[in-house]
Amino acid sequence: MEKFTTHTGVGVPLRRSNVDTDQIIPAVYLKRVTRDGFEDGLFSAWRNEPSFVLNNEAYAGGSVLVAGPDFGTGSSREHAVWALQNYGFKAVISPRFADIFRGNSGKSGLVAAQVDEKVVQRLWDHLEENPGATVTVDLESRTVRAGEGVEAIEDSFDIDDYTRWRLLEGLDDIGITLGNEPDIASYELTRPSWKPATIHAG
Amino acid sequence: MGRTLSEKVWDEHVVRSMPGEPDLLFIDLHLIHEVTSPQAFDGLRIAGRTVRRPDLTLATEDHNVPTVDWDKPIADPVSRTQVETLRRNAEEFGVRLHPLGDIEQGIVHVVGPQLGLTQPGMTIVCGDSHTSTHGAFGAIAFGIGTSEVEHVLATQTLMQAKPKTMSVTINGSLPPGVTAKDMVLTLIAHTGTGGGQGYIVEYRGQAIEELSMEARMTVCNMSIEWGAKAGLIAPDQTTFDYIEGRPEAPKGADWDAAVAHWTSLVTDEDAEFDAEIVLDAGTMTPFVTWGTNPGQGVPLGASVPHPEEFEDIQDKVAAEKALQYMALEAGTPMREIKVDTVFVGSCTNGRIEDLRLAAEIIQGHKVDKDTRLLVVPGSVRVRLQAEQEGLDVIFKEAGAEWRGAGCSMCLGMNPDTLAPGERSASTSNRNFEGRQGKGGRTHLVSVPVAAATAIRGTLSSPADLESAVAAG
Ligand code: SF4
Repeated sequence: MEKFTTHTGVGVPLRRSNVDTDQIIPAVYLKRVTRDGFEDGLFSAWRNEPSFVLNNEAYAGGSVLVAGPDFGTGSSREHAVWALQNYGFKAVISPRFADIFRGNSGKSGLVAAQVDEKVVQRLWDHLEENPGATVTVDLESRTVRAGEGVEAIEDSFDIDDYTRWRLLEGLDDIGITLGNEPDIASYELTRPSWKPATIHAG
Repeated sequence: MGRTLSEKVWDEHVVRSMPGEPDLLFIDLHLIHEVTSPQAFDGLRIAGRTVRRPDLTLATEDHNVPTVDWDKPIADPVSRTQVETLRRNAEEFGVRLHPLGDIEQGIVHVVGPQLGLTQPGMTIVCGDSHTSTHGAFGAIAFGIGTSEVEHVLATQTLMQAKPKTMSVTINGSLPPGVTAKDMVLTLIAHTGTGGGQGYIVEYRGQAIEELSMEARMTVCNMSIEWGAKAGLIAPDQTTFDYIEGRPEAPKGADWDAAVAHWTSLVTDEDAEFDAEIVLDAGTMTPFVTWGTNPGQGVPLGASVPHPEEFEDIQDKVAAEKALQYMALEAGTPMREIKVDTVFVGSCTNGRIEDLRLAAEIIQGHKVDKDTRLLVVPGSVRVRLQAEQEGLDVIFKEAGAEWRGAGCSMCLGMNPDTLAPGERSASTSNRNFEGRQGKGGRTHLVSVPVAAATAIRGTLSSPADLESAVAAG
């Protein structure tokens, strides 16, 4: 996984709450067996609407998505994270993320930055008044920044310490866990014999 | 201080716990299907890793398999590739697979309990958010993403921060004709879709204890729809009776040892939850959704709400968008909404009890001439059992389509989809925009409401059938 320290890119105001993973990428796009190429399916239903934000040239190259609360609810499909990344997003800002989506983001290197709902409102207003304006997501200082002067928006965001550390270091979870393999092996010795198995010896 | 049920199960599975790090949890059972696993197996291959515990792993084909002509090659080439990829991966890595055509094939959350693999006190994960279903047995069960699937395949563990605990106590008894589905839809409308965020929830109280095992699965299944990490129910005699004698259940002395342990899996009297919700089952009625998330629901006897009724600005905007998508007028009585397709099936309501209940209501009636009724058993075993009981004949005589096992129209990944603008009453768990097919409009309902709706063509409960007979 690539290290993430700070990113500045065009902010995309997605004025919606409860953006579920079926909206991020509908099931019909999930049939691929690779991790790439999912950008076509991203928000596919909404992209048919001319007024949809990504159909506006100013936002089309966006890399920081600013969405309403309960982003990423629903299905566990990590394809939702891949679709956002395949399109070019590096970070999503929202007042509240669904657990599985947040977990998937952390594993794949997409920053899910949780901010106060007021910050999202201000970012929406700023990005709509200044289409194509950039937003900075600074993982080292845990802050989001946009605008300048009196209009400047700067606030802290929440992300758990462990995920932040892994993203900053670009570490792979499986490698970390396998480093503790003896713990797993000794745990396995303590499991009761009546626990079920799917394959039976002999 | 005492511990809650979920804390007990959690503590029993901690492999390693360090301050400032998530716990490393051992996983007792890892379920796999064709959609969220290919990239995980690929990851293993690239890193030269193996599956650590194939004996704790089970794969089945469910999400994108066809429910007709299942003995023929899958027509859609992309779906076929995905299913074939699972078959190749299962073979290469030594994972037990129940493919299309196998007698144990079916929706992953129907198959686990049916085989007796789902047992109290376990940790169960699957690359599918409705893994929470298995919590009905007193297991900690939750959905994971593909990176985590790869992590479990390689290590049989997962890194997880310990969630907070919540109790949902449902007192009293459900009135006749009101089901577990109505109970959970009522709960979600009460909490909103984010209400369970960050919690493992324990469902308890008289109304929960009175539910059958299959009805408990319906409740736990929808935990994720209000944002909960997992939902579970303390195991009791109902649980033990359901498991005993199943193919993978413990036997002889193992059974006694298992039951002795399972009996200890209850929340201690002096344990404290981080949050509590109390509801009364006695006041619940058939409940249906009007919007595009499972929290947007009302009693069947009510009307489509007006966006102005919502205090929160986000809720107001969401309601406006939902009504527009659903093509509904505020104030319309729910009972007047005409439905094109009724879907009975899914991991929420595709088990044998659900089909029995649907057949009981439909028997002697015909499906409305402008409505299509699709009945899709959750597994091959459920289908065969239903056929043995003659339920398929009841459905077919009424004019319904009787299908093979799979997820089917729950998510419209296989050919069973709604056409744009089509409206469904569905016993599944998600009414998101386009979930059942692009432009499709979904109302989530219980099995009795689905059956009565199929007969009348508008959202209805079985009581409406009786009053129609009495009047006519
Ligand atoms: S039936 Fe629906 S909810 Fe259940 S596993 Fe299949 S797609 Fe998911």
